[in-house]
Amino acid sequence: MSSLAHVPQDPLPIGRPRVQRTLGGQIALWLRTNLFPSVASSILTLLLVAVLGKAVVALWQWGIANAIWSVAGNDTSACRALRGVGACWAVIPEKYRFILFGTYPFDEQWRPALVVVIFIALFALSSRRSFWRKELFLLWVAALVAIGCLMWGGFLGMSYVSQDRWGGLPVTLILATFGLAFGFPLGILVALGRRSKLPAIRSLCVLYVELIRGVPLISLLFMASVMFPLFMPDGVNIDKLLRAQIAFILYAGAYLAEVVRGGLQAVPRGQSEAADALGLSYWRKNLLIVLPQAIRHVIPPLVNTFIAFFKDTSLVLIIGIFDLLTTAKTAIIDPAWQSFSVEVYVFVGVIYFAFCFAMSRYSRSLEAQRTAN
Amino acid sequence: MTTSTPKRPPARPLRLSLDDPRIAGLFWQILVVGIAIAIVAWLWSNAVHNLSVRRISTGFAFLGREAGMPISDSWIDYTPKNTYLRAFIVGLVNTLRVAVIGIVLATVIGTLVGIARLSTNWLLSRLAAVYVEVLRDLPLLLQLLFWYVLMQGLPAARQAWKPVEGVFLSNRGLILPSVPLHDANLWTLLALVVGVIVFIIVRRRLIAQQMLDGKARPAWPYALGLIVALPVLVSFLAGASWSITLPELRGFNFVGGLTLAPEYFALLIALVTYTSAFIAEIVRSGIQAVPRGQWDAAKALGLKKSFALQHIVLPQALRVIIPPMTSQYLNLTKNSSLAVAVGYQDIVSIANTTLNQTGQAIESIALIMMVFLTISLGISLFMNWYNARIALVER
Repeated sequence: MSSLAHVPQDPLPIGRPRVQRTLGGQIALWLRTNLFPSVASSILTLLLVAVLGKAVVALWQWGIANAIWSVAGNDTSACRALRGVGACWAVIPEKYRFILFGTYPFDEQWRPALVVVIFIALFALSSRRSFWRKELFLLWVAALVAIGCLMWGGFLGMSYVSQDRWGGLPVTLILATFGLAFGFPLGILVALGRRSKLPAIRSLCVLYVELIRGVPLISLLFMASVMFPLFMPDGVNIDKLLRAQIAFILYAGAYLAEVVRGGLQAVPRGQSEAADALGLSYWRKNLLIVLPQAIRHVIPPLVNTFIAFFKDTSLVLIIGIFDLLTTAKTAIIDPAWQSFSVEVYVFVGVIYFAFCFAMSRYSRSLEAQRTAN
Repeated sequence: MTTSTPKRPPARPLRLSLDDPRIAGLFWQILVVGIAIAIVAWLWSNAVHNLSVRRISTGFAFLGREAGMPISDSWIDYTPKNTYLRAFIVGLVNTLRVAVIGIVLATVIGTLVGIARLSTNWLLSRLAAVYVEVLRDLPLLLQLLFWYVLMQGLPAARQAWKPVEGVFLSNRGLILPSVPLHDANLWTLLALVVGVIVFIIVRRRLIAQQMLDGKARPAWPYALGLIVALPVLVSFLAGASWSITLPELRGFNFVGGLTLAPEYFALLIALVTYTSAFIAEIVRSGIQAVPRGQWDAAKALGLKKSFALQHIVLPQALRVIIPPMTSQYLNLTKNSSLAVAVGYQDIVSIANTTLNQTGQAIESIALIMMVFLTISLGISLFMNWYNARIALVER
């Protein structure tokens, strides 16, 4: 190709001479090609503009023009008078501490706030390709330990806070992150087991994956909250949050195993045969040769599974664990604020959306990188 | 190199050491299975002990006892005096009712949104993209609670919204006009089903004949005869009456018509919109997986765009679409168990109530698992059959 670069270019381009368009011309061209290319499409555009305009105006009037942003004390009569006409955003400044941190001691709420910051920093670092090294693993261990210390406390002047007082966003993040941090290695093991040549191990792994994937997550959570104590010896009482966490780890393990298995299938046989020929043991072969390639293949679907998993943590509402959604639902039990659930759900929805949207953007950028390569 | 019949290497003598892969394999299998059995046995012995302490007898005998739980929204006759077994059947019907209708609606809406995302109309494709992005990135449970709150915020029955005559939307749910199902009407419906089936067979024959001699044979006279004339004739002979019952407001509630309870309606909307966002993405990527050359070739043949989409692109896209679509259907069915959060009594909700009333935890959860594994298996089998049917037939 390099030799072609020296061929003198024809100074006159063939075809229609390129017209320099003015800005207005460019806009007109864009409108014509994208909004009004044909009669049918033009009618559709006008129809959509009409509907959209109406919806935007209605939302603007409810959410901003007629909304009430703050009230004095717990006097919500002004809000009630405007019910259905204007939003009562005053509920957010009144309740946001409870929604975000639940019943965590009010004066100590900087600790869960710091935990949320650590989580976000951890996610941000882990998403950078340049940080995908062994040290990242140590960083994760350190961060998770630090999070545990901050939440429980009991030293350095921080008072001890028991698990049943944790709530809100930190609990959602803990359930999701610990679920993934433990579910991912479990999933890898199960995926390897499912492709193993040993029939007993293979069928055990198939049984586990299919059983967990075949039933709704809620039934697993019911199991964790109701059945689990039945299966424990007398006197052993495991905290409800931990039980739900175990259910989540088992659930994540099964789904991640299927994703990892897809990646394992995409690695050419020659790779593992070459490793065998070099005399590597089973574990070294998989850890050093096969798994790095397999996981690289499935990073986008892995991130999609993470998103699904993050959203699924909200199901703990049904067994009464105080995650973000449960605190939101509880915040509006207060009679004064009872009729403003829509506003609270919108607030919580924005938080969930921010996390999931960031992850889905990330997954898409990874996919774009891969197709570019 | 001279070729001779290859000699198999002599089997290595078995060494009793973990370095021998056969021994190692056996060792690991025995170890893992042993640990698994030990854990299950330990849990089981604990459970047996705990159950005997709490005086709960195991087994499914409790299914014959009186349930005593009210179920407000049921399609089959049920009173609290009925047995637990009947309550479970009501729950199963409720689950299937939301799952089947949800799957149909989600497929239709998802396909439309997926096609809209590929539209050349910028506004339409942007709107579809926003729909997908917003719905996919919010937890389903949050959406469900949101819809339920909106339902509860609707006006009371007396001030119900009446968009069309006979349709009411209030905090009692959506009330639609209904048609009474007499015997004569059922016969007519049966005639319609038979007509459609016979028409499909006839049409297939016509297409097969066209394949042989290339002559087009119109199918519409058969459609007219089998799908329109036959049911009308049967309806006339059987003396069916098609008077529609319009719901009426009497006192504080509605009489007549078909009622979709707010719990059911909210669950259906949440499941359909949420799943349709995923289906839209599947449909979009399926259509994009069809090579551009197929569109170009259709255009070169002078086919209209809608015709090319329907007869050239979609059939090819379906092969990419079906497997992920199957898992979305399974997800929708499993997600219908969120019903318990708004108080719609599906199988999971009923099992949960049973569990609280009787303490039969293991049996109740086992029933849930059995039901969902059966449904999953059913959907998988059906979709695999369909997938095999539409698969590319290679020469």
